[in-house]
Amino acid sequence: MTVETNLKMTEQELRSFSEMNGEPSWFTELRLRSFAEAETLPLPKPDKTKILNWNFTDYPVHTVKSSTFASIEDLTEDVKTIVDLEQKNLYIQHNNTPAFSRISEDLAAKGVILTDIFTALREHGDLVKKYFMTNGVKADEHKLTALHAALMNGGAFLYVPKNVEVEEPVQVVFYHDDAEASLFNHVIVVADTSSKVTYVENYFSTVAKSNGLANIVSEVFAEDNAQITYGAVDVLAEGFTTYVNRRGVVARDAKLEWALGLMNDSDTISENVTHLVGDNSIGDTKTVVVGRGSQKQNFTTKVVHWGKDSDGQILKHGVMKDSSSAIFNGIGKIEHGATRSNAEQESRVLMLSPNARGDANPILLIDEDDVTAGHAASVGRVDPLQLYYLMSRGITKQEAERLVIHGFLAPVVNVLPIEGVKKQLTEVIERKVR
Amino acid sequence: MSTLVIKDLHVEIEGKEILKGVNLTINTSEIHAIMGPNGTGKSTLASAIMGHPKYEVTSGSITLDGEDVLDMEVDERARAGLFLAMQYPSEISGVTNADFMRSAMNARREEGDEISLMKFIRELDSKMEVLDMDQDMAQRYLNEGFSGGEKKRNEILQMMMIKPTIAVLDEIDSGLDIDALKVVSDGINQMKGEDFGCLIITHYQRLLNYITPDHVHVMMQGRVVKSGGAELAHKLEAEGYDWIKQELGIEDETVGQA
Repeated sequence: MTVETNLKMTEQELRSFSEMNGEPSWFTELRLRSFAEAETLPLPKPDKTKILNWNFTDYPVHTVKSSTFASIEDLTEDVKTIVDLEQKNLYIQHNNTPAFSRISEDLAAKGVILTDIFTALREHGDLVKKYFMTNGVKADEHKLTALHAALMNGGAFLYVPKNVEVEEPVQVVFYHDDAEASLFNHVIVVADTSSKVTYVENYFSTVAKSNGLANIVSEVFAEDNAQITYGAVDVLAEGFTTYVNRRGVVARDAKLEWALGLMNDSDTISENVTHLVGDNSIGDTKTVVVGRGSQKQNFTTKVVHWGKDSDGQILKHGVMKDSSSAIFNGIGKIEHGATRSNAEQESRVLMLSPNARGDANPILLIDEDDVTAGHAASVGRVDPLQLYYLMSRGITKQEAERLVIHGFLAPVVNVLPIEGVKKQLTEVIERKVR
Repeated sequence: MSTLVIKDLHVEIEGKEILKGVNLTINTSEIHAIMGPNGTGKSTLASAIMGHPKYEVTSGSITLDGEDVLDMEVDERARAGLFLAMQYPSEISGVTNADFMRSAMNARREEGDEISLMKFIRELDSKMEVLDMDQDMAQRYLNEGFSGGEKKRNEILQMMMIKPTIAVLDEIDSGLDIDALKVVSDGINQMKGEDFGCLIITHYQRLLNYITPDHVHVMMQGRVVKSGGAELAHKLEAEGYDWIKQELGIEDETVGQA
């Protein structure tokens, strides 16, 4: 039986792609099954944004081949702006090509794995199989997850074994400089029992306009008593249609902190869900966003409480200018049995232009009595009294606005642990709000 | 010498006239105090001088060394040498106190001539010491989570860093305990000199035990109704305001909504 899709790929081509990468058979099967299911599964329904007419399927080519970097000195000047030459734990993907990878000897000896997703499938197949679209994101959730599983063409795998604390942050750069490239990246981060790691990824476009698609899934697992800080700065070019799904599963006594700077210039659907599965688990999500031009974006942040005494915090700050529009959905969900859980959220949107649109949508869904929850949401302009105060010290109106906006987006900037990335986010904000 | 001249100033807020012809001249090297009960227009005067967006000047003039202050934007007034220590300073999240103050100081300098970080830190440290402020206040977000007393000290800290020509201090003493009051007064007294003039707005004479004013003015019904020297403040402390009201035949000293 042949499967009819509107994709530019046939089942046979997909099979050859999988073979070429030396993927284990279970993975080839997952691809093919998902390829078929993508045909019939519906698109996801991000609240308040209609995406039926968005292009999630038409792309120029499935995979482009790009150069690799023999040593860290060979990185392009662009990449060097965000990567410190001293960075010990680093993976760089150049469009779809694994381009550079290294990890400190000490961590390698302790069993820490940092590699591209294809190498991980070949060399750590069982470990990948345990986590790849099983407990986090499911391939058959909707059309986009199925397409992702079928077409996955890049990504990273980070595994931290039991009791290992990774002191220096792990950096991953998805460097995009080919307008024809599409990114179906899959990232898996696992912190095994009582381990600790900080992971920071960059989606870094250096072309002004892209013709491709971005369908990105990250699955993050904090096992019992583990701690993960997951930072991301996304700067994908205009022209992409971006679907990015970052999901976390947090076990007993574990903690997952997200710090997401979502600075794409593309239309973007971003979904960030944290499942607080274990008792006493903690999920903390900080997201900052700038919308400009005629961008349409939807940011859904959700924390689901399953474990008792779990604590979920959502902070979202968005700045909207020009005629951009964005929906900020914040969902705190407490399942039955998650007694003494706490779900808090704060969504604030700053409007810099009369034509921009920003909706903050706080939602609390509570199926348990003995819990605490709260939300705050606001949409408004820069406070004229704040400007008055700053200007009364001699600061120009323009500079005063700049200070207020940077302050508003500081919660994510300040927690990013890699100086180059922090600086990059600050500069991107500067560029976007100017 | 610099001079701030306020002539026949009329000010409205939301269509209601609060100031009804204020006249006042402040020179550098002088300390003026404006006293008066609540609701007589003292804070409105302070806000109008600085250019608060909600206050509309309907007639009269304010000039600084002959320059029309009312024609200037708020930031231009500040750079011309005016400063207002606010009664309710804004909280600005994500902007550290130190960054803010450095921006304010650099706003007065040419591009390329910014104050060096070391010099700035040295100066900030020494002023904070005078004001008995914790060093960590510099890295905290501007006024966010500050107690009432911390906010007042922070206003004076800004004044000391920026070194304005004429400073207006709007109820800088309210809510301060006596120790904090002394500290804040020390800061203000350090500023005294030929290049600094000050207008202190207060309704307590207490502050004037630590800062001796050269001129004391009493405001009622949106006007300055009486002026005198430091002795006037002492008389007000001892006898209250009723004698002035009687002298001038005023029944209700307030103006507009209290």
